[in-house]
Amino acid sequence: MGSDSEAEAIKRAKVLMVGAGGIGCELLKTLALSGFQDIHIIDMDTIEVSNLNRQFLFRQKHVGQSKAKVARDAVLKFVPHINITPYHANVKDPDFNVDFFKQFNVVLNGLDNLDARRHVNRLCLAAEVPLVESGTTGFLGQVTVHIKGRTECYECQQKPTPKTYPVCTITSTPSKFIHCVVWAKDLLFAKLFGDKSQENDLFVRSSDASDLEKPMEDIFERGPDEDPDQYGKKIYDHVFGYNIEAALANEETWKSRRRPRPTFLRDVLPEKLILQNGNLEKSCLTDDLSLSVMPSLGLNNPQEVWNLAENSRVFLEALQLFIEKREKDIGSLTFDKDDQMAVEFVTAAANIRASSFGIPLHSLFDTKGIAGNIVHAVATTNAIIAGLIVIETIKVLQADFENYRMTYCLEHPSSKMLLMPVEPFEPNKSCYVCSETPLLLEVNTRNTTLRDIVEKIIKVKLGMNQPMVMQGTTLIYEDGDDLEEDVAANYALNLDKNLADLPAPVTGGTMLTIEDFRQELKCHINIKHRDDFDEEKEPDRMVLSGWTAPEKVDTAKSNGASTSADRPIITEVTESKVVDVAAAMPGTKRKLSATLERKGNQEVHEVLSVPGNDDDDDDLVLLDDCPEPNKKLRLQHL
Amino acid sequence: MDREELTAQETALYDRQIRVWGVDAQKRLSKASILVSGLNGTSIEFCKNIVLAGVGDLTVMDDRLVTEDTLQANFLIPRDSDAYGGRSLSEVCCESLRDFNPMVRVSAEKGDLSQSEMEFFDKFDAIVVSCCSLNAKVAINEKCRKRAKRIAFYAIECRDACGEIFVDLQNYTYAQKRSDGTVERHLSYPSLEEAISTPWRNLPRKMSKLYFALRVIERFELSEGRTPGKLSSSDFPSILKLRKELCDAQSLNESHVPEKLFERILHAGSKLHPPICAILGGILGQEVIKAISGKGDPLKNFFYFDTADGKGVIEDIS
Repeated sequence: MGSDSEAEAIKRAKVLMVGAGGIGCELLKTLALSGFQDIHIIDMDTIEVSNLNRQFLFRQKHVGQSKAKVARDAVLKFVPHINITPYHANVKDPDFNVDFFKQFNVVLNGLDNLDARRHVNRLCLAAEVPLVESGTTGFLGQVTVHIKGRTECYECQQKPTPKTYPVCTITSTPSKFIHCVVWAKDLLFAKLFGDKSQENDLFVRSSDASDLEKPMEDIFERGPDEDPDQYGKKIYDHVFGYNIEAALANEETWKSRRRPRPTFLRDVLPEKLILQNGNLEKSCLTDDLSLSVMPSLGLNNPQEVWNLAENSRVFLEALQLFIEKREKDIGSLTFDKDDQMAVEFVTAAANIRASSFGIPLHSLFDTKGIAGNIVHAVATTNAIIAGLIVIETIKVLQADFENYRMTYCLEHPSSKMLLMPVEPFEPNKSCYVCSETPLLLEVNTRNTTLRDIVEKIIKVKLGMNQPMVMQGTTLIYEDGDDLEEDVAANYALNLDKNLADLPAPVTGGTMLTIEDFRQELKCHINIKHRDDFDEEKEPDRMVLSGWTAPEKVDTAKSNGASTSADRPIITEVTESKVVDVAAAMPGTKRKLSATLERKGNQEVHEVLSVPGNDDDDDDLVLLDDCPEPNKKLRLQHL
Repeated sequence: MDREELTAQETALYDRQIRVWGVDAQKRLSKASILVSGLNGTSIEFCKNIVLAGVGDLTVMDDRLVTEDTLQANFLIPRDSDAYGGRSLSEVCCESLRDFNPMVRVSAEKGDLSQSEMEFFDKFDAIVVSCCSLNAKVAINEKCRKRAKRIAFYAIECRDACGEIFVDLQNYTYAQKRSDGTVERHLSYPSLEEAISTPWRNLPRKMSKLYFALRVIERFELSEGRTPGKLSSSDFPSILKLRKELCDAQSLNESHVPEKLFERILHAGSKLHPPICAILGGILGQEVIKAISGKGDPLKNFFYFDTADGKGVIEDIS
């Protein structure tokens, strides 16, 4: 470091930063101090209080303002006279197209979600601009370098997409606290306070249950004269009591499972305590999001785990408070982790349900973290990662490719190392993003619709936002805002057709070509017809294959880690994964630096395993008797 | 004001880090008192980190006046000579640091720590020194070890694109969480003097070469009465001479400490590299947080980072 040619390269460089948050603040500071003079920075977020423990360019007075703009202003104070161009915008906006990306020498990501990372990866490949990726969670972090044609792209190693849970686990057979949280947040909260027109699986039951009650929908409608207090008690008894009783009626479900215990208010809160409740006036604040029932119930510590009675009181009080103080919001609310009452309600509901099912209860603090997908973060890791990013950036600017490195910041040293460098891997020849290898989709073409393919495969698995789908040379679907009415109508019709019934039939042996213009990504999918699918292992009734690295048969004797991610890639909150080192696998042409002292795979194997979240030791577990195996609730999580 | 629970304000601000190390650790941090002597690009990174972490108070000591030279790698000093002219580094940096977290008391102390009264040391739970001669470092370390209450001692040094952190926690006991339960661990750290007196022949072959190079440079600066960090390429021949002397005295082949390493370091002179400052300041930040909170395995007892190989390595020299 430090040569004149290096200083020149830095001075002339035009750099794009994506993200002005935890990593972004540290990175912008270090880039500016290092002599960079032309930096562009994109971030769609505004500043929140919880950012201030690490995003040090921001102050309390900046809460609510654009991160990109405030970061810029702050840095110019100590490195004036350089160009920092902020964009308060979403990097996925069409304005940030390939031509936009082409103007930069290098792109530096400081993002916190997989979707945006994939999008930027594709644009960098299309623009042929080097990408330095990074991520941090708590004390862990990593920096990786991606050069088209020379190294892996960001997607060469399949990254885990957000975890989803089968409907029946959430509605009928929860076994972990997180299942209860999903139920409380995505079902109960949504049913009570959210958009009524939305489909809600709250009372899905197995087909064997006797439907003696009148439709459940009536219960949730509060009559104009219905006392809020009475309403709350009615809801409580139904969702925690009667509903569980009804589920118990189905013997099959509980043959090998712990039977839940119906919870009725009369058993939890004797009549006199209920009468003593109230005193809501105590917690009156002007700001809806700060309204809280905890103080009036004497519960002041968010770290404390409430007992069943306390949770029940919170449930009732919060429900009542919503009706009395926030009636206008009811019918349009979505869960917001910064909405105190919503968090209290969801905590209480999740805990009462957990109690029924014999699952350990959790504090509000912990529940908020789960429900809000909160990433735990500290300043030091971000500072270290930012330093490492700048080091790699300088190498990239000088095309010093022999020295490019991926660096891992570990919590526990491995072979005495807290910072572990690894040589980048060669591109994965079967990566559908950076190479042209087609994928294979096994599907029943006679009873699967185009919509299923577009929604579940193209948008979720392949991460394309505005795809165009062709069978051979026939355009069968296009996604876009500027389509003519009749054209759009035609596509809408196609969506509901089964594959084999499309104008250009998609049957076994045909090939779909999918393109996303903005990402400049084109991908081919060969279709293979299959009649039957395993309802448990293949609930989507579709199997997409061909884009992971060749045969990793005996990887990860793990806790069921289903991904082929090799290293502790931190994209979103990670779960426990025992990872493996690809280079040791026979038949792969990957390099692994000799800097890693190879005391066999085992040590690196252990070292790279990401400390898990206690709650979540298993991956997706599909259960028996799932009444609607096709549907999956999505929890944008882990 | 002594309160048991964190305030609502603290809970909101520290939410994301409480999720990393827990409420108890955060409470301990909020009661801690830290001293940093010697302000440069690396130690101010540490200062930023420790203030954001929410310690009780931070005291900074550096009487040197702010000049063009001291501005390098420093994000705490607004580039306005009207604002910083004629003022000391500690005064100006102190002001900026306060901004990062209004809940931390940041103050500037005048004077030279190696000359300070013993009682002054008692105020602190941890002391970090930078831009310091070997003698000063040793003297300060000794004072830390003589006090009744244990004072954690850290020395941080950055040269060219590499750096060193030294840690002395004296006798340190903590609860280590393992998969099979919690275990009480007891670590015994040598003093700085003891550590660097370890005969070179007894050190592992594969040890970080930086250790040796920095020991040579330290000695050189001391014997020539040079300001730490202000060497240059013209010192190269004299440095090599000293290298030979020291290696002979230690019965070690001088090729064990590569010439290239000295070349790099001397050529860089007093130049600091912001990315390296950030990395070392970050590692140091983590270490001090661990020691104060009593949570996490502290490193023992040297840490090295070198851009040349990209490794961040712990060496145990005792």
